[in-house]
Amino acid sequence: MIHVSMKVNGKAVSADVDPRTLLVQFLRENLRLTGTHVGCDTSQCGACVVQVDGRAIKSCTTLAASSEGSDVVTIEGLAKGGKLHPMQQAFQDNHALQCGFCTPGMIMSAIDIVHRKGSNLDEHTIREELEGNICRCTGYHNIVKAVAEGARGMASGAKAAE
Amino acid sequence: MSATGIGASVKRKEDHRFITGKGHYTDDINRPGQAYAYFLRSPHAHATINKIDTSAALASAGVVAVLTGADAVADKIGAHVCGWTIHSKDGSPMKVGSYPALAHGKALYVGDPVAVVIADTYSQAKDAAESVNIDYGVLPAAIDTASAAKPGQPQVHDLAPNNTVFNWHVGDKAATDAAFAKAAHVTKFDLVNNRLIPNAMEPRSALGDYDSGTDTITLYSTSQNPHVARLVLSAFQGVAPEHKLRVIAPDVGGGFGSKIFIYNEETVCAWAAKKLDRPVKWTAERTESFLADAHGRDHVTHAELALDASGKMLALRAHTIANLGAYPSTFWSAVPTYLYAILLSGQYDIPAIYAEVDAVYTNTVSVDALRGAGRPEATFVVERIVEMAARELGRDPAEFRRANFVKSFPHQTPVILCYDAGDYPAALDKALALADYKGVGARKAASAAKGKLRGVGFSAYIEACGLAPSAAVGSLGAGVGLWESAEVRVNPVGTVEVLTGCHSHGQGHETTYAQLVSDRLGIPIENVSILHGDTDKVQFGMGTYGSRSGAVGMSAISKALDKIEAKAKKVAGHVLEAAEGDIEFKDGKFTVRGTDKSTDFVSVALNAYIAHKFNGQELEPGLKETAFWDPTNFTFPAGVHICEVEVDPETGVTKIDRWTAVDDFGVLINPMIVEGQVHGGVAHGIGQALLEGAVYNADGQLLTASYMDYCMPRADDLPSYKVATTETRCPSNPLGMKGCGEAGAIASPPAVINAITDALGHEDVAMPATPQVVWRAAQKSKQKRAAE
Repeated sequence: MIHVSMKVNGKAVSADVDPRTLLVQFLRENLRLTGTHVGCDTSQCGACVVQVDGRAIKSCTTLAASSEGSDVVTIEGLAKGGKLHPMQQAFQDNHALQCGFCTPGMIMSAIDIVHRKGSNLDEHTIREELEGNICRCTGYHNIVKAVAEGARGMASGAKAAE
Repeated sequence: MSATGIGASVKRKEDHRFITGKGHYTDDINRPGQAYAYFLRSPHAHATINKIDTSAALASAGVVAVLTGADAVADKIGAHVCGWTIHSKDGSPMKVGSYPALAHGKALYVGDPVAVVIADTYSQAKDAAESVNIDYGVLPAAIDTASAAKPGQPQVHDLAPNNTVFNWHVGDKAATDAAFAKAAHVTKFDLVNNRLIPNAMEPRSALGDYDSGTDTITLYSTSQNPHVARLVLSAFQGVAPEHKLRVIAPDVGGGFGSKIFIYNEETVCAWAAKKLDRPVKWTAERTESFLADAHGRDHVTHAELALDASGKMLALRAHTIANLGAYPSTFWSAVPTYLYAILLSGQYDIPAIYAEVDAVYTNTVSVDALRGAGRPEATFVVERIVEMAARELGRDPAEFRRANFVKSFPHQTPVILCYDAGDYPAALDKALALADYKGVGARKAASAAKGKLRGVGFSAYIEACGLAPSAAVGSLGAGVGLWESAEVRVNPVGTVEVLTGCHSHGQGHETTYAQLVSDRLGIPIENVSILHGDTDKVQFGMGTYGSRSGAVGMSAISKALDKIEAKAKKVAGHVLEAAEGDIEFKDGKFTVRGTDKSTDFVSVALNAYIAHKFNGQELEPGLKETAFWDPTNFTFPAGVHICEVEVDPETGVTKIDRWTAVDDFGVLINPMIVEGQVHGGVAHGIGQALLEGAVYNADGQLLTASYMDYCMPRADDLPSYKVATTETRCPSNPLGMKGCGEAGAIASPPAVINAITDALGHEDVAMPATPQVVWRAAQKSKQKRAAE
């Protein structure tokens, strides 16, 4: 067993875990944060995407130990004080989810796209950047719309905060 | 129309939990003391299981048990059952091979579960599995669809000579042959409908939990139809009697058909939980999903279309070999027969049709229903051969279709179905306008100027869904009825719970069903909850597939609401001191006709429960009603999809430039959700046409068992879609609904291939039309043009 400690959704957490424990297992089984999903276990589908130190990573192929000391944000950590994150809101408003299984990873990736590419995203950019997230239900049409709208929402939210 | 009633694009009530990470999928559930199962799967496509030595595994850290097929037999765990009996042409019933809960004696495909290791942690179970020693006697395997029934092939089941499950047929052979004999033109077509792997994003999962105090098993499972699962596990596999077995299908992350069927892992988790008196959980790794989820499609077909000199369709005939894999899965035999060949009339008035289907066993995982289930295969046959016929006759493909459309209803086809309502030219006209069909010539020229080839492909599909009238399917071999049930519980404060036997795994029933209730009872949609997926709560149900949850499931709710309204009027009569017959109910208000005396729904609900104003002998207290709805016909959604592609002949890359979908789904409850269903269905069909294909090698190893090897459609593979509807009411249910869940996947593959073949001027383009396939076809087309 090894000891891991990190910050998850703003809270300090630690546990003794099997050294091979993946970050997603640590989140789901130790912390019972089950919003992060495992769709493929080979870092292809993106259902497991979380933010580690501000960057989107696939938690199904990351050891919990390698996130030692990191600041991790999961889907459960996005809404603040009962208010949805603009990207969450955009997913609902645009009917960008059906079964909901890929959705947490999609939203976490979408936020990362905005962080890297800015808030004025064209369709081509969004489609290319979503390459690492698979959805079987929606055909992506409404996800693409949601990401564009969520990006604008994040920009105006940031502006309002200034 | 109210803001939350029928026809409104209400935002989904279920979304909040999914976008905040608070969904409850099976793998999210843990029970105290839970152990974990790891399944050992056959690495061989066909092998005798000579000996299983579990001693080293049993001695490994954390291991609780290792169970094999012999243990299942010893505990009298029965075989799986196929719920639909097909009879061959000679009247003999289909040959049903044994499908045990764990392979016993023989393994029949790569991935066949042979043993299960159960341990305190999943890692321990997986580690210990390494030390289970299985002595296999490897046998030659039958893999290939087209040759599986040929003499001399390895035999999958001894009771099925030449690997033949059945040789079935439908239609009038003599009339069809006679029509072909007088045809002025015959179009012929050989095709392979590529085998697909379903890939719901949530892998299958099962958690068995046994309560020794009540001798009850609870099985949490990723099921589209928990009552059917309970029925099979109980009545056929003997895991526990129905009243001692509760199946809960919580949030399920997509199904597409693959979670209809009862699989070994569910049976084993339920059985092992009781045997070990400890919860047992299994969740598939994605490669297990590829190997062991039932696949879809996999047909080899020869079809011919007979036409007279004017281009009128006279007859169609088809011969199909359908690969059903190794084991008789739950609805496997119905898919290439009554969900396939009876759709071969398409939207056309074809006087004679004859189809033969030879279903074969192979040493591959079972092939069963996958989004569309048989109807995409039929539509591919019809819409490709119709397109080819139009081209051979030099006719515009849209006008050629229009000339042959069914124009009056009801229309009895030569293959069982009676189409009840539709307006096929209306959808065609709308699609032509939305797709700017008139501008195709200019766009083709513009593409040509860039060295690209542009093509347009049509698909005028029809499907039979709203599954299904029980008497009709019973006469065709189904072992179950396909009605649906509903219970509407009005609480004393006027809030409503609806319990449905359908199951939502992405369809949005918590919203659309609530819209119906809000509309009918005139109450806020927030005051309505929809419950599904729990055999202890819901009286019974047949689940969700075949686009049945609207046309059948909501009809059951509507019928229960009729009863609620009737009883509420009686209660209102007492409250308002008026005769029941004088009470009118509108917009949530009960009024004495011709007066201003009225009361609201909340007051009536309360009075139904306090029961002070009426005598309990004449009117029962309470306000709760149940209904079972059995449809009188299938429903017939139909429409026209137009795909426009630009192909780069130098690389073979196909870009879908435009997609236009015009569908007639009858009355829509929530247009936003309907559009989403179309988007997803079309994406699934584009996946089949361009990207997806299961590949087994000659030894039966699945070469496409990960997302690196099986190409799922991703966002940058797909276009945005133009989606519109037309509406003819469905006459066979009270809401006029037809269903929309499968249409996109049914319509789209031939539209894509028709577009590519139009671009290339070459018909021989197989699915998936990968860049390599398209490049080769482009080269052949170029050579042919040069030779001419």
